Amino acid sequence: MKTYKLMKEDFPQFLSLLQEKGNLYGPVKSKNHYSFEKIDDLSKLTFDYTRTLMGLKKFVTPPKYKVKHFDKSGSEDVIPEDETNIVIGAHPCDIHAMKILDKLFLGQIKDPYYKKRRENLVIVGHSCLPDENCLCTSTGTDMVSDGFDLFLTELQDFYLVWVGSSKGLFIIMSSEDLFNDKIEMCDIAEYTSWQENRQNSFKTTIPFHLMPDIVHLIYEEDELWDQFGEKCLSCGTCSLVCPTCNCFNVEDKILIHADEVVRERMLDSCTLPYYSVVAGDHDFRPDRTKRLKLYYTHKLKEYIGKWGQPACVGCGRCVTYCPVGINVKTVSNAFYEAIQCVREVKKI
Amino acid sequence: MISDRTKLENPYEDHLATIIDYRDLTSDTRYYKLKFVEPEVQEHTGDYKPGQFAMFSIPGVGEAPFSISSTPTRPAFLEFGIRKVGSFTDALFKKKEGDTVYIRGPYGNGFDMKSMEGKDIVIVSGGLGAVPLRSVLLYLEDKRELYNNVFFLNGARTPEDMLFKEDFLAMHAREIIETHLTVDKDPTGEWKHNVGVVTTLFEKINGRVDKDNAYALICGPPVMYKFVIKELLKMEFSKKNILMTLERRMKCGQGHCGHCAIHGVYTCLDGPVFNYWDYERMVELI
Repeated sequence: MKTYKLMKEDFPQFLSLLQEKGNLYGPVKSKNHYSFEKIDDLSKLTFDYTRTLMGLKKFVTPPKYKVKHFDKSGSEDVIPEDETNIVIGAHPCDIHAMKILDKLFLGQIKDPYYKKRRENLVIVGHSCLPDENCLCTSTGTDMVSDGFDLFLTELQDFYLVWVGSSKGLFIIMSSEDLFNDKIEMCDIAEYTSWQENRQNSFKTTIPFHLMPDIVHLIYEEDELWDQFGEKCLSCGTCSLVCPTCNCFNVEDKILIHADEVVRERMLDSCTLPYYSVVAGDHDFRPDRTKRLKLYYTHKLKEYIGKWGQPACVGCGRCVTYCPVGINVKTVSNAFYEAIQCVREVKKI
Repeated sequence: MISDRTKLENPYEDHLATIIDYRDLTSDTRYYKLKFVEPEVQEHTGDYKPGQFAMFSIPGVGEAPFSISSTPTRPAFLEFGIRKVGSFTDALFKKKEGDTVYIRGPYGNGFDMKSMEGKDIVIVSGGLGAVPLRSVLLYLEDKRELYNNVFFLNGARTPEDMLFKEDFLAMHAREIIETHLTVDKDPTGEWKHNVGVVTTLFEKINGRVDKDNAYALICGPPVMYKFVIKELLKMEFSKKNILMTLERRMKCGQGHCGHCAIHGVYTCLDGPVFNYWDYERMVELI
């Protein structure tokens, strides 16, 4: 991977360069959270943050968008137009989440709406330091080596700029005087010491690799699941903030002024009451426990079985935002606690 | 129908189809026969497998999945049996001959009819379950020489409730497939076939199925599966040869929207046909 140095005094110029290339988005502080917003005023940008409310998914599967338009002449797909959206400030977990969404939407069957939005997106990652809710060392997503166009590691006086794609390289090439490809030995030393310090600041670890078997074996231990089911508000916040939750609903809206219809896709959540209802009102998951089971078996068991990693990137959003404390941390811990036997288990 | 959706620029591509015939099967279920409007799409009408489904779309109402009830061996049209149970079917039932709907598909794994060649086949349906299995039945009638013994056991609540009753009575008379029909109750007293739940029909085929070379295809209300599977296991059917086709909520049909997920599988991609091993692995399947 090609790596460059960008001096901090040149950073504003780098941001202006990005603004020339496309619509710039980045982390901005709102009342009580951070979110990726369109940046017109560069002074609003802040990189001293842990997590945004929603990850990068809002750029590729927005909360609500049109997919089809019908009128008297027929139907037309509403594919987003070509444009360049540059998001700066994404953390490694956000980029890993995007890679998970890519696997789903750009697999054998390619979703045309996602594909176009993804092609339009340029990701400039940014290094971060964890808080107590971050679990990315447990999910193996604390470091990232692809899935971004550029990645900035912020050090004392400069950024280490990692190039992850030709799109990223073109940005560098278009303003070469800002970047220096001569990385000195002491720069490397500064980076490794920063990385070491970062690794040591993680406070929470959960051995996720055992989760598939554990979830399988305790699947029918209803009491264990019910303690969460009883508390769950079915509000869907966990899915809204989870950067890998992608379930969607589709609804038609009749426009009042004409014989026109738009078909809209919107984010959905398997924890919401109607999620598994079929025609005739038969509900395959009528209670909250059953729906939470689906959520957590998907994240912690099935996805690991299929792809070798959890569908959790350890971003800590569910830990931060679930109003009743149901999250990957409390659920996994409850499972581990439940299997702490009174009888001493012989080590094999 | 475009069976390989991966080749499409937009896998959500749908096509206008005209209702060329319809009739009531029961008080709440209707038969529809459709033909695609564009000739180049109509040419590929038979490009599907029995057990697959299609997504219907009515602008302003939405989309919903329906099992295909016709057979690809008769590729001039598509047939469906549709029960009026919700807002989509309310809108569909207002449509008459000559009206159109959008259709995309086919979706789902369907039944692997090739792998069943040379084997005995037992088809068991109850109620609305006759809809997807009718596709298999017609297919088997058309390719009867490729299969060994074929039995069809079908149950309904009353004779009035039996879907495709005329079709199945004719099938019984044709004797290409050994057909046994039953109703739970016969208020009319005019029913000439069996009375009793569908499992009472098993005595008619007992000892006549080569258990080591046989497939069972089941579709019906959730309560039916348990009892039918019990009978099949009694006959020592191999668990992987007990195939059932299931229903789930679906928004996309291609593994993206998440609604039809059961454990690690998507009913729309990995199903809707599952076998009994799948059921044992995934307790929520039925």
